[in-house]
Amino acid sequence: MNDVTPKLELKNVKKAFGPKKVLQGVDLKISPGKSLVIIGGSGTGKSVALKCILGLLHPDEGSILIDGRESVGLPPRERDQVMHKFGMLFQGAALFDSLRVWENVAFGLIQGRGVDRRTAYDTALEKLHSVGLDESAAYLFPAELSGGMQKRVGLARAIAANPEIIFFDEPTTGLDPIMADVINNLIVKSVKQLGATTLSITHDLASARKIADEVAMIYQGKIIWQGPVSSLDRSGNDYVDQFIHGRAEGPITDDIKARV
Amino acid sequence: MQKWSRVEGLKNGGARTTQGRVYQMVSDVKQDQAIKPSPVDGLLDFCARIGRTLMAFLQVTGRLGLFIGESISHVFRPPFFPKLVARQFMDIGYYSLPVVGMTALFTGMVLALQSYTGFSRFNAESAIAGVVVLSVTRELSPVLAGLMVAGRVGAAIAAEIGTMRVTEQIDALVTLSVNPFKYLIAPRVIAGTLMLPLLVLIGDIIGVYGGYIVSIHKLGFNPNSYLTQTWDILENMDVISGLVKAAAFGFIVSLMGCYHGFNSQRGAQGVGAATTNAVVSSSILILIFNYVLTQVFFS
Ligand SMILES: Nc1ncnc2c1ncn2[C@@H]1O[C@H](COP(=O)(O)OP(=O)(O)OP(=O)(O)O)[C@@H](O)[C@H]1O
Ligand SMILES: [Mg+2]
Repeated sequence: MNDVTPKLELKNVKKAFGPKKVLQGVDLKISPGKSLVIIGGSGTGKSVALKCILGLLHPDEGSILIDGRESVGLPPRERDQVMHKFGMLFQGAALFDSLRVWENVAFGLIQGRGVDRRTAYDTALEKLHSVGLDESAAYLFPAELSGGMQKRVGLARAIAANPEIIFFDEPTTGLDPIMADVINNLIVKSVKQLGATTLSITHDLASARKIADEVAMIYQGKIIWQGPVSSLDRSGNDYVDQFIHGRAEGPITDDIKARV
Repeated sequence: MQKWSRVEGLKNGGARTTQGRVYQMVSDVKQDQAIKPSPVDGLLDFCARIGRTLMAFLQVTGRLGLFIGESISHVFRPPFFPKLVARQFMDIGYYSLPVVGMTALFTGMVLALQSYTGFSRFNAESAIAGVVVLSVTRELSPVLAGLMVAGRVGAAIAAEIGTMRVTEQIDALVTLSVNPFKYLIAPRVIAGTLMLPLLVLIGDIIGVYGGYIVSIHKLGFNPNSYLTQTWDILENMDVISGLVKAAAFGFIVSLMGCYHGFNSQRGAQGVGAATTNAVVSSSILILIFNYVLTQVFFS
């Protein structure tokens, strides 16, 4: 395992907003083709960590390696090449509301990569099919879709350009249990088809168990535990235990009390 | 004592830790005195406040400067998005026509009416045509059109881009390898800068026509001599200066809308504040630059 270059590696990544230290030295490794899920409480900096990897936020310190190459502080052109490896499903889907569903899915192909509209349309339809939407949805605007459908379109957009690394920010929050499971299955299926490496964020444990090969828990700006999903229940870490059992009593709540 | 300074540090946050330390030193010195603020404390606090305001100002100016530079560079660098520019032409130019037209019409009309009340006392009614055409082309049409467009277009741009910011659509653009400056900002800045002169030119004509209507139908002027007087006094420079002003105002309005929307804070409140700031800042900048440009052109 150690001789493979990790697809994605974070070393001591730190990020603060003014006085607020959100990430305080995150270390993380994902092997090619694996699926890592980050769990952790609300506001612990999961989305911020993702945005640092995507280059949307600039980490204050630390390095982020993609295929073994440093990606922090790349000049715009090289940044673009790295971006082409990525697909991202945002927490709120983040569909462009002035564009139709199919244009949303095809956006990265048409504008980002210069694919012609006809081909991009066919690809978009194919991707929409693979997330369980058909042609009748293709011409709607995002505002006309339900939350679950928006997530699915977001998923189709994330996988449209066959990325090597896909990021999912809370793919199942705000969905009913059935729709959540449908999305989980879609993620597993699409990832298998593409052979992609994935990094997901969630606080939905059912979802984590379903899509993860490995799980990492973030707490107070650091990864405090990382291991295979099979050992999640016997992690030997009190924080992880409290989190996965959703107990109101435990080290996490004790820390909060101690701070106040 | 130590506890007090820690609380102070917490309240102030990291940006003020230096000051927090100063507090601690000062308060250590006065350990046995009561905790009432001394003149030294007051002075330090005053200096710190000035320093902070200055830093904040420089920071905003710097950020705005970078934003302007980046926006302009993307206006001239390919790839271009002609379809998006065309849409902004419609949104900013065409749909502003009614507002600008109405403003110009009534301004021209009231101008004729008011100058008549003044000038008839000195038997100088023949000056009315000149007053109307010069005021409209040089000042009123560009400034009023600029302000109306700031309210209509600046607010809309800030709200749209701000919403895209808070719903992560701008982040999504970046992850899809599309530069938001190119895709969102450049088309609006181009359209704003090119469309406002056109609007103002139309406003000039409508404004002068407004003055003409009132003078002919209400004040009983001779149509021919009114038109001759208008033409005689009007010079190219009057119109051109107004159009240059309009281009500057269009640039200001679209840019401030984009800037505030792009840097919108999170949440609906953030978008609301961005919208307000866009309208207020562009209106004030319009008035300031109007003075500056007038100075440049006519002195
Ligand atoms: N642009 C920003 N400016 C200032 N603070 C921010 C910014 N983005 C995030 N934060 C702060 O960083 C912290 C972590 O935010 P983040 O969105 O990463 O949380 P999260 O772990 O994704 O939570 P959730 O599960 O609720 O989505 C929050 O306290 C938030 O207030
Ligand atoms: Mg989040």
